[in-house]
Amino acid sequence: MTNRLIELRHVRKSFGSVFAVSGVSLHVDKGEVVGLLGDNGAGKSTLIKILAGVHAPTDGEILVRGAVVQNWSAARSRAAGIETVFQDRALCVQQSIVRNIFMGRELAGAFGFLRVAKQTQEAERLMREIGFTSKVFSPHSIVGQLSGGERQGVAIARAIYNKADLIILDEPTTALSLTETEKVFRFVRAVREGGRSILFIGHNIHHVYDIADRFIVLDRGRVVLEVARDEVASAEELISFMEGIAHPVAGKAMPFADKMRVLA
Amino acid sequence: MSQSVLPAQRPAGRPLRAFVLGNRAALGTLSVFLVMIAVFMAANPAVFTNWNTYNSVLVTLPVAIFLVVPLVFIVTVGEIDLSFPATFGVSAWVFALLVQAGLDPFLAVLAAMATGAGIGAAVGCLIIYGNLSSLVASLGMNFMLRGFIMIVTGGKSIALISLSDAPAYRILSGDLYGLPVQVLWALGFAVFASQLFTRHRFGARVHCVGDNPDSAAQMGIDVRRVRMMTFAFMGLGAALAGVFSTMINFTWWPTAGDGYLLTAIAAVFVGGTPTWGGIGTVTGGALGALIV
Repeated sequence: MTNRLIELRHVRKSFGSVFAVSGVSLHVDKGEVVGLLGDNGAGKSTLIKILAGVHAPTDGEILVRGAVVQNWSAARSRAAGIETVFQDRALCVQQSIVRNIFMGRELAGAFGFLRVAKQTQEAERLMREIGFTSKVFSPHSIVGQLSGGERQGVAIARAIYNKADLIILDEPTTALSLTETEKVFRFVRAVREGGRSILFIGHNIHHVYDIADRFIVLDRGRVVLEVARDEVASAEELISFMEGIAHPVAGKAMPFADKMRVLA
Repeated sequence: MSQSVLPAQRPAGRPLRAFVLGNRAALGTLSVFLVMIAVFMAANPAVFTNWNTYNSVLVTLPVAIFLVVPLVFIVTVGEIDLSFPATFGVSAWVFALLVQAGLDPFLAVLAAMATGAGIGAAVGCLIIYGNLSSLVASLGMNFMLRGFIMIVTGGKSIALISLSDAPAYRILSGDLYGLPVQVLWALGFAVFASQLFTRHRFGARVHCVGDNPDSAAQMGIDVRRVRMMTFAFMGLGAALAGVFSTMINFTWWPTAGDGYLLTAIAAVFVGGTPTWGGIGTVTGGALGALIV
């Protein structure tokens, strides 16, 4: 597939004798939003950290644009164009949007002096690209004065500046109000329109259902379900599937029974 | 989505307003200062309308500015340095010894600057790599270095009479139309440092590290290096302060710098830099020095 951006094949990760991720195969294509679902302890966090290069997989293969990458690390992950926006978003809240976007990768000219006008221009361009604009703030606004959804926008704009092809959003809408969640969705759609991909991790199934093109459900370190958006009738169907995984009831019909991967 | 960032919202659109907003802490400090002076003038016109009073302030103010300005960097990066009075003393000592030995004063200034930056870096090393509290480590360093000076010199000062004829003296702290030249050097230092603070990569990183070191590290900033450089810069400022102080007095005293500890720290906070790190103002710090 020419469209394939990142692919994991039979990736496992053990901490001592415990497998946090035990044989996960999944892929993310270009320009697609993949929703990653799973209960606490399903292995979502470990999987994100593997993708970000924080953890090296115990075994299995990681492919970037179809080619296997050896010695997976944080640097390789970055080089592959993967940027992770963790829950704390790694922002400096007393600083301006511009300073946060360019944190650690400032645009500097002679003797390390900042190219202030150029940075402002670039920040405006990035913000416009993801539809992160408003009458009430400018690139010079202080991040601490922005709402939760807008802060997520700062982190996403920064990921794009860092040339990300795949942006991993770790619970971006947790603890956000409806309007704030809608803002984050707007950024995510704009990023997809720009041809980039997003791996959207969420607790709230409704949120993930609203935004993702494809869903992957993890349970106890394995992928138990992978369905495209048009194969799912409603968020409720996904929820009842997740409940069925967590609390199996004998004799009760499971949705997606034909697609479900058997748990060993 | 059709909304766009309005140009009018950009500080560049309204320079004056932007300047006022960006420096509101410093300007607040300045207005307090002006009110204070007005009150003093009204209460004692004989002293406070006499230019000589201000001239004497201008002689010593530069020394304070060389200390306060880098201290703003230290506080913004989320640290504190209490060792600068001793760094001041040791660097000035190096300067005095070299001048006494007949070295060109310009070279002696460079040697003093190197000494100061070296001591600053050593203090930073103790705090950052030794994982010590900056309060404890720098205060300990202050007493240790001062003790070292006292032991070696036996409390004797060094007079530098020959300095008044040197061209270096005229350039660095002579007299220009009745204005002490060191004021211009201090002003230049403050302007340079404020550019470094607001429009340089180093300043940007100092802000980020002081604001949230974890975030800064996640974005690839070498947090330890930034902190180290801030301490080295503090040492450099202390050395310059020491050199100017020695030049003004033609004498180096073993206690040189001691009196500046609390006034310099006070000036940073009076100037509008908060204690918690992440933000600060160099302009405000310089004004704070003026008030204190």
